[in-house]
Amino acid sequence: MNKFAVFAPLALFLGLSMILFLGLDKDPSILPSALVDKEFPEFDLMALDDEHRQITREELLGDVTLVNVWASWCYACSVEHNMLNKLSDRGVKIVGLNYKDQVEDAMLWLENLGDPFVYSVSDIRGRLGLDLGVYGAPETFLVDAQGIIRYRRVGVIDERVWRNEFRDLYAELLVEAQ
Amino acid sequence: MSPELGHLAVIAALCLSFFQAVIPMVGSFVGHRSWMRLGHSLALGQFVFLGLAFVCLISVFIQDDFSVAYVANNSNTLLPLHYKVSAVWGAHEGSLLLWTLILAGWSGAIALFSGHMPQTFSARVLSILGFISLGFLLFLLFTSNPFERLLPVSPLEGRDLNPLLQDFGLIAHPPMLYMGYVGSSVPFAFAIAALIGGQFDSAWARWSRPWINTSWVFLTLGISLGSWWAYYELGWGGWWFWDPVENASFMPWLMSTALVHSVAATEKRGVFRSWTLLLAILSFSLSLLGAFLVRSGILTSVHSFANDPERGIFILWFLVIVVGASLLLFAIRSPQMANSTTHRGWSRETILLVNNVLLVTSTATIFIGTLYPLFSDVFQLGKISVGAPYFNFFFVPLMIILMLALGFAGFTRWGSTDVNLLLRRGLFPGLLSFFIALLVPALLTDSSSGSSYSFTAGITLFVSAWVLFMTIEDIYLKSRGSWINTKRFTGSYWGMVIAHIGLAACALGVGMSSSYDEQRDLRMMPGDAVKISDYEFRFGGVNRVDNANFVAFRGEVSVTDKTGMTINLFPEKRNYKAGGQVMTEAAIDASLARDLYVSLGEPLQGEAWAVRLQIKPLVRFIWLGSVLIGFGGLLAAFDKRYRRRKKVLDGQSNRGGLAFE
Repeated sequence: MNKFAVFAPLALFLGLSMILFLGLDKDPSILPSALVDKEFPEFDLMALDDEHRQITREELLGDVTLVNVWASWCYACSVEHNMLNKLSDRGVKIVGLNYKDQVEDAMLWLENLGDPFVYSVSDIRGRLGLDLGVYGAPETFLVDAQGIIRYRRVGVIDERVWRNEFRDLYAELLVEAQ
Repeated sequence: MSPELGHLAVIAALCLSFFQAVIPMVGSFVGHRSWMRLGHSLALGQFVFLGLAFVCLISVFIQDDFSVAYVANNSNTLLPLHYKVSAVWGAHEGSLLLWTLILAGWSGAIALFSGHMPQTFSARVLSILGFISLGFLLFLLFTSNPFERLLPVSPLEGRDLNPLLQDFGLIAHPPMLYMGYVGSSVPFAFAIAALIGGQFDSAWARWSRPWINTSWVFLTLGISLGSWWAYYELGWGGWWFWDPVENASFMPWLMSTALVHSVAATEKRGVFRSWTLLLAILSFSLSLLGAFLVRSGILTSVHSFANDPERGIFILWFLVIVVGASLLLFAIRSPQMANSTTHRGWSRETILLVNNVLLVTSTATIFIGTLYPLFSDVFQLGKISVGAPYFNFFFVPLMIILMLALGFAGFTRWGSTDVNLLLRRGLFPGLLSFFIALLVPALLTDSSSGSSYSFTAGITLFVSAWVLFMTIEDIYLKSRGSWINTKRFTGSYWGMVIAHIGLAACALGVGMSSSYDEQRDLRMMPGDAVKISDYEFRFGGVNRVDNANFVAFRGEVSVTDKTGMTINLFPEKRNYKAGGQVMTEAAIDASLARDLYVSLGEPLQGEAWAVRLQIKPLVRFIWLGSVLIGFGGLLAAFDKRYRRRKKVLDGQSNRGGLAFE
């Protein structure tokens, strides 16, 4: 082989590794959302633990809220759940959106794994999920005190994701709210 | 057995792999024979310890020890015993342990069966394998330890194994696939040892060829098992999706296929030496890259493992070090081994070169397609993913050309071949294939239903028949028309013949099942019947069936064919109790000529259900063909001449050994 040609595979490989390193910082599950900086959609759904209690968009207003889309059929949600419990212990207000689930299964789930939600709304038919453009569970929306969606995360939140993507924005919004 | 014992065994294996990487290599340079020999016992010791760790993990699963995080995440008391065992390799951590065990198995096999190679060489091979093992064991212990405990609070019940994986296909598919994946590290180690020693000749090719073939066979069977599993378990009747994870295993396969062919030329003629080395390095690099893509979460796929960037970074650094160093070594050392090209015009060398160029080109197109979403994201061209149309657009024509060239394989000679002779040999099979390609689709054309002559089927039939007839003609001519003469054929020759016929069968299955596939999605009430081509499907309704770990809605569909024969099929929709997932279990009536594939969709109003009915002609040929390809590879790997030479050389080395002592 030619003296320089033999170095070609190495050169190509090094170029590729650069791209792979850059690619590792990208998350394929971050989807650009048309809803960021838009109002959280209107809804009127019953509370998961109380079928007589209707919950609407108004109840999101006034506080900075995480809206977490979860379901008992969702394996990744159970991975995420512990983190939500921790966040709730730290005083983060989390509202659950129980997505296309059975009420009994969902209640049992919360009983077993703990309930980090101030309340969960029950979206059995997935109507609100549709309005939100939910891609799959878990998915989390950061909503400010005016009910505007400020950030959207598809996939599990863990300590690192919280630190890198949510924490600063959340703190900012808290200040903004006061 | 306790998980700590397993953990300890992995640590012991890690220490052994460190010594295996260092001591034989140093020994090979300073000429210390006992140091070189040590590699053999270290490799076997590593296998024993990893085997112990693996048995520990199995026993932890069988005991339902949910204090172990990996067990709690992937098993459940309701899970049947055989799935508890296969759950061991059902997710990232355990499958990685299986990976390292298989790697140790390959090293152990080299340690046992390398008596005919020079000691410096086998010592270096084992040292390189030890280094790879070291990397994977560090990865296992630091980022993905399957023995990690959930203490002090451990769950009473596990989360269950993903129901998609509760299946026979999954018991067999990963071990087989890993045998192939990991097996590519053996040709790699041979190549690096050759580069270090500067010895790269026909003898090298002869030692490595059985290993190259064997690992390639496992990869072949592993991939086809995976595709068969996807076909009957995913429930929508597809068998290949060009998914990143599938591509991750397919790229090393294509590269290894090129390697299997190029090393033949290297053994017989001493040509393509640098090229063969490069292919060995690239096959292994693509396997590593596959591991990286699957386990880092850099691409989204239906069956990628946990998305953990830390794991990704580890594998990526490992990839950079291993592949970067090997390619650097290749760049520095390979010019010393100048090629002696002695073939002129058309020859077997030319045909093998064509084969290699086509296979490498298809690998490159698949590579670009698989990583394109990543490239476009990194270069901020937006989030784009590349689907089946792209892959088919490039891959199918390349394979057609490959099969056309393949037809001549048997007739070409080393050195030089008369082109006119090739054309004469090709004339009759070509005409016959052309005739079949015209006739069969025309007969299958049903003008009443408005279908027209299918060009896909025509082309498929042409290339498959071409390969088949050319191969048969070659056998006929080589045996001079007498069966007795076929006894003189070598295992390599039979291997080639069977593998090529297997490829023709596989292509036939792919082409025919995609051209004449019939599919209906229907809303059916109990008692409804529908006629699709020659079959009448009657829906009998859906019953609820309770099972140990799932509740199933079982539909009944009876199918009557032209002759009045009736078959009952029972597709199911399953709800798994532990995880709550819903699974579609298709019911398949399989035969060589066609598969009847019935699956349940969603329940509709009343007793009506959405039902999907499919007829897939010749779809079995895809897997039948792959099995033939694998069988051919095995025949070639176990060709008598490798064993014969081994005995002779053993004798020599024994005498040599005595002389030394």
